[in-house]
Amino acid sequence: MARYFTEDHEWIDVDGDHATIGITDYAQEQLGDIVFVEVPESGAMLEQGGEAAVVESVKAASDVYAPVSGEILEGNDALADDPALVNSSPEEEGWFFRMALSDASQLESLMDAKAYKAFVDSL
Amino acid sequence: MGDTKLPLDDWHRSQGARMVGFAGYDMPIQYDGIMAEHLWTRESAGLFDVSHMGQLQLAGEGAAEALETVVPGSISALKPGRMRYTLLLAPDGGILDDLMVTNSGRHLYLVVNGATKHEDIAYLRETLPDAIALNHLEGEALLALQGPQAAAALAQLDIKGFEDGWPAPADLYFMQSAPCLWGDVPLGISRSGYTGEDGFEISVPAAHTEALAEALVALDAVKPVGLGARDSLRLEAGLPLYGHDIDTGTTPVEADLGFALSKRRREAGDFPGAAKILAQRENGPDRKRVGLLVEGRQPVREGAAVVDDAGNPVGKVTSGGFSPSLQRPIAMAYVPISHAEAGTRIAIEQRGKAFTGTVTPMPFVPHNYYRQPKP
Repeated sequence: MARYFTEDHEWIDVDGDHATIGITDYAQEQLGDIVFVEVPESGAMLEQGGEAAVVESVKAASDVYAPVSGEILEGNDALADDPALVNSSPEEEGWFFRMALSDASQLESLMDAKAYKAFVDSL
Repeated sequence: MGDTKLPLDDWHRSQGARMVGFAGYDMPIQYDGIMAEHLWTRESAGLFDVSHMGQLQLAGEGAAEALETVVPGSISALKPGRMRYTLLLAPDGGILDDLMVTNSGRHLYLVVNGATKHEDIAYLRETLPDAIALNHLEGEALLALQGPQAAAALAQLDIKGFEDGWPAPADLYFMQSAPCLWGDVPLGISRSGYTGEDGFEISVPAAHTEALAEALVALDAVKPVGLGARDSLRLEAGLPLYGHDIDTGTTPVEADLGFALSKRRREAGDFPGAAKILAQRENGPDRKRVGLLVEGRQPVREGAAVVDDAGNPVGKVTSGGFSPSLQRPIAMAYVPISHAEAGTRIAIEQRGKAFTGTVTPMPFVPHNYYRQPKP
């Protein structure tokens, strides 16, 4: 399994042609206390860069974009009752959605962990 | 970028603050997190740096009467040591700013919003007679200590009245003010704030601000609190934020700030826009600022539309967020007067999504002021 990152501070765990997507620890730290998360419906088709989810902190709303194109397999229902999971476990229990990739070549444009760390350090 | 640094800039950073640009200054938005800081202020005491706000002094014979030409409050009736919330009005009655005015005995002391202070100063200078001196106290910082433990915390600092027999901080009731001494450092202390809690606002010479902040956060009851929690606290307290809930396009009556129109001033009708504002007060405005409890967990934010049954915009949300104390979204909005009664359901649209709010009396969270007992 490989983990990729985007400049929008999402992580993508890829296993075959399935992917699990969430936001990074850096992102949750920047957002602060998360009070609401809206994840996409199963079966939704998303285009790379399209709006996929909404995350709201005490102070602001932010969009989460689809890092790659594909079909939504499931959203993380646990976030409806406990959106703070994104703060406490952003890169594990606080995942946002799983999807079936429609174009695995899109992964090539994403960063690996080392490149993402360098990107965050440059901010 | 290019934001000015306040006296406590380094100190905020050493306390772990995340700094953001606000009103032209680098300001601490949060330290531990907005939720934790908010709840700490409600149960203990939070220390806020609000040095971006404008501290002004008006002096000279007739200063109170002169100020009354641009505000609707009775300033000349303000006794020494007393303060009042009022509104700076444009000639057409639009709200240029909201402010606190204190009669310090020798002069009037004004605290105005940071984002508007330069325009306020220009307007006051242009409007007031030349004989009235207007000083911008740029050498003073402003700290606020807010929360149920604020008085007990401040009492540990051994702050005395400026002269023997003058009030110490603990002697002040809500909306009273006095000059005090912390050692040999002069402080202007008022029992007031912007959180709905008991607390103090402390004007302190810039050079002594860090020592005072250090002495306060050294107390177990006190933690620094940023602008993020200041906003959620004032929203829960039902207090409007200038530039958002009130502006030049809103009148005091629409904004439900009728208490700021003093009786004598209403009877005299001698403040800017009085004809329009008093007619509105008499006949009722077309729209009104109300509080909304929003269903679900997702907040509505400033700019969301209040809509009618057909989906047409008929009002707008001017402040909205998640209430840490109530653990639910709350908002302030302007709604048609037909929909302003408590209990009325309000339809809201935000980014194509429908929300429902219920008009609710404000404050959302009860005020906890240290009021003078009624005789």
